[in-house]
Amino acid sequence: MELAIFILTSLVAIVAALLVILQRNPIASVMYLMTTFVAQAILFIQLRAAFIAILQVIVYAGAIMVLFLFVIMLLNLRREDFGKDIKLKYKPLAVAFAVVLLIETLVVINASMIPALPGANLPATFGSVQGVGKELFTTYLYPFELTSVLLIVAILGAVVMAKKKL
Amino acid sequence: MVPLEYYLVVAGIIFTIGMIGVIVARNIIIIFMAIELMLNAANLAMIAFSRNLGSMGGHVMVFMIMTVAAAEAAVGLSIIIALFRNRDSANIDEVNLMKW
Repeated sequence: MELAIFILTSLVAIVAALLVILQRNPIASVMYLMTTFVAQAILFIQLRAAFIAILQVIVYAGAIMVLFLFVIMLLNLRREDFGKDIKLKYKPLAVAFAVVLLIETLVVINASMIPALPGANLPATFGSVQGVGKELFTTYLYPFELTSVLLIVAILGAVVMAKKKL
Repeated sequence: MVPLEYYLVVAGIIFTIGMIGVIVARNIIIIFMAIELMLNAANLAMIAFSRNLGSMGGHVMVFMIMTVAAAEAAVGLSIIIALFRNRDSANIDEVNLMKW
């Protein structure tokens, strides 16, 4: 049952990811990207990462995708702005890179000695808000504080970039 | 119980799709979405390893990656707006001043 859900969800995620780069209309691409994100959220739940799954839906499928939709609608792209959807010049290069990368990934996964899942001996708070929060505010407090600096810089950068006169 | 390798294979495939998108797409917004796809594939691998090792470190790492992705989306989309205002096009082939 678990395997069936995994196969179905990952198929949805992969097919939607393919459609993201094959669509000509950016709005349709955003919708397929959202499908991929929600499918990945289901995979996160299967991996007992409940908090991260909720974050995935709220932050990615909610905030970031709305930002994308805003920009696409703000730009008001016409049909001819989309251009030909695929650069034919780079297609062989892309296929070659993709094949090499995929084979490399699979070989590494196959060759690495990955120990079996610990399974039942996970703590009860694994992946919950409590568990993630405890890690975030004790072990990883310094990186967490640095995150706020990153966000401030990003906000300032976005405001400066989007000003009328650069 | 689904083996860890299956999740890693799915993450690898999604990452590869994202990479093809960055190389092949012409519309700058689609390129941006392909970058988000790659970030998400990395997230999936992190969570899978975290589950496998029984450690919460991967969850915190995914939290950080999401922050970086949000910052990157905000700055990148404002760059796209500035670009569109100057060039009136979302086609990256027309942005070729720094290309040799």
